[in-house]
Amino acid sequence: MALVQAHCARREGRLKEHGQILLAHGGGGRMSRSLIEAEIAPRFGKGPLKGFPDAASLPDPDGPLVFTTDSFVVQPLEFPGGDIGKLAVHGTVNDICVCGGKPLWLSVGLILEEGLNISLLRRILDSLAAAADECGVTVVTGDTKVVARGQCDGLYINTSGIGRALPGFSLGPEMIRPGDAVLASGPLGDHGMAVLCAREAVLSGTGPMSDTGPVHRLVAAAADMAGAVRFMRDPTRGGVAAVVNEAVHGTPCGVALDEQNIPVSPATRSAAELLGLDILHVASEGRILLFCAPEACDPILTAWKAIPEGRNACRMGTVTADAGSVLLNTLAGGRRLVDMPQGELLPRIC
Amino acid sequence: MKYVDAFRDPAASRAVVSELASLAGKLRESGIRPAIMEVCGTHTMAIARNGIRDVLPPEVSLISGPGCPVCVTEPGYIDAAILAATRATVFTFGDMLNVPGSEDSLATARAAGADVHPCYSPSAALDFARANPARETVFLAIGFETTIAPVAALAAAAENGLPNFSMLTALKLVPPALAALVSDPAVHIDAFLCPAHVSAIIGSDAYAPFAGPGGRPCVIAGFEPLDILYGIRCILAQLADGQAFVENEYARVVKPEGNVKAQNLISRYMEPYDAAWRGIGVIPASGLRLRKQYGAMDAESRFGIRVEPGTPPTGCRCGDVLKGILNPPGCPLFDGRCTPENPVGPCMVSSEGACAAWHSYRRIAPAGKDA
Repeated sequence: MALVQAHCARREGRLKEHGQILLAHGGGGRMSRSLIEAEIAPRFGKGPLKGFPDAASLPDPDGPLVFTTDSFVVQPLEFPGGDIGKLAVHGTVNDICVCGGKPLWLSVGLILEEGLNISLLRRILDSLAAAADECGVTVVTGDTKVVARGQCDGLYINTSGIGRALPGFSLGPEMIRPGDAVLASGPLGDHGMAVLCAREAVLSGTGPMSDTGPVHRLVAAAADMAGAVRFMRDPTRGGVAAVVNEAVHGTPCGVALDEQNIPVSPATRSAAELLGLDILHVASEGRILLFCAPEACDPILTAWKAIPEGRNACRMGTVTADAGSVLLNTLAGGRRLVDMPQGELLPRIC
Repeated sequence: MKYVDAFRDPAASRAVVSELASLAGKLRESGIRPAIMEVCGTHTMAIARNGIRDVLPPEVSLISGPGCPVCVTEPGYIDAAILAATRATVFTFGDMLNVPGSEDSLATARAAGADVHPCYSPSAALDFARANPARETVFLAIGFETTIAPVAALAAAAENGLPNFSMLTALKLVPPALAALVSDPAVHIDAFLCPAHVSAIIGSDAYAPFAGPGGRPCVIAGFEPLDILYGIRCILAQLADGQAFVENEYARVVKPEGNVKAQNLISRYMEPYDAAWRGIGVIPASGLRLRKQYGAMDAESRFGIRVEPGTPPTGCRCGDVLKGILNPPGCPLFDGRCTPENPVGPCMVSSEGACAAWHSYRRIAPAGKDA
């Protein structure tokens, strides 16, 4: 029936672009941004949602609260290095962390498809619980719905999280200055490539492993230099390219990245080569990109390298005075633009 | 990946770049400003992604060629694919999703309910057809020789026992396109940087007709930055010596005779025909289609649909870009009406398209260079 409708709709010429939601609107790139700017911002974009931070900062007499929400529709539900349960914790916890918060409480909303295997559900819930323990967050409320077969793809999860702002951080893209260092806490793109390889049955058994993991210890390790940290983000959908472009969008700053210093694991690099993807567009789920004053670069890298999730941290770029321009100094000695990703590069990776 | 790292070594790049400068100096004395066509879309992307143009001597220009399969596919093919998607489950390379047909794209058709699946490997279509015997399954088979080999393998696998599987083909051959370009008086090319993977199938001997006395240097290069730089170095050296021969920089993969096994498989299932190239027109014997005896696997005859030329968008100059007559910024629609989010022509949407490469990686170029 849907096919017949499509055929009819096509004939009536009703399929004009942007008259309907396309998968590309969820890609985390320019089309996602334009959807949010056109439809969400005018309705809700005032108050704490202004500027669309990863988490909202809410006033509280005992110090600001940090609040965020995220939905997870990854397919497959289990992938090398993780599963949707773990991811649902890390995604929300990390959004709180990169806004300078300490995550405390979590809600979990489950939407289950009729026919979902109960042992699979158990594995995912166990994994979710273990991830919450590791991050020091408590699941304090939740909801479970079941929909008929075919109305969702196995299992969707929504998590919301509340944390408390850590003292000393004053973060935002407007704090970034030319000369600032751009750091990555570890190899980039592992999550996106792991999910894609699992889905496409590419490099089975030898492919990349998802980096899904919490960043709370990385943020805590940088807290000694909190006053010199300008901005943090976890490079999820849209990857480094989206984060860095959004960070300098509308500011008088640009960024120059050095291809030589971009950390990429060998398996992820092989997979990206094989599938023809730009690693800068591919998501990570356990990494931070951190902008800091130049004098804070070495102390933060030293502190990061002392903990397992930061052992491959490195400086991969510098903030320039070239407004809005994000460039890559290539290995071949040239330069090229690092553009926002377009279209549906990797749907349903988180 | 250590093996690949050797082809990305910055010190080695610098050494080749300094050779390029001295060769370009020699050419300058002879008044030659070489225009080199990189035939293949993967080269176009690799050149842009690695910032190769930045390190070339200013008098050397690189022109993108017709070797992007999505770009040379007629809008009517997209129309036919959308029609097929109303009757069958359609598998396609992701690049095709946002290419505008005469009215719609596969992405907009899918959002309205058409059953379209992007895939990385054609075998995904085969697996689906096997798992869903009651469902008609169509693979959108577009591509050059590199893709034609696996498409022929697909036909071999489906030939017996997969009655619900078919293909909508728009398969094209590189050498006839080069022949059309060199005979077009509007096209000025001093040398060809020949494709890597296509050449692995057809072999380096396939370029012999374009080299030799009165011909052009034809250098086959891999896709790594150092491969490309070294390929350009070989071209400049030939031009400086007044030579024009076929040189195989990618000998670690490409043989003179190519992959004979793949060639035999292809000719078992496919036959040449006069194919229409978007923006270029019909080129004799430049396409391959399924032989008549495999008509059951041909989605056109199976569903009674015909790939018509379709309506190309007004003002779009993809054809001139594909022939190397125009660089993307020379098109009046470039970055205005035509962007990757709202592409007018296929060169802006394909991951191997010259306009997409220029838009994504090159908007920093100093004005005027190469344009």
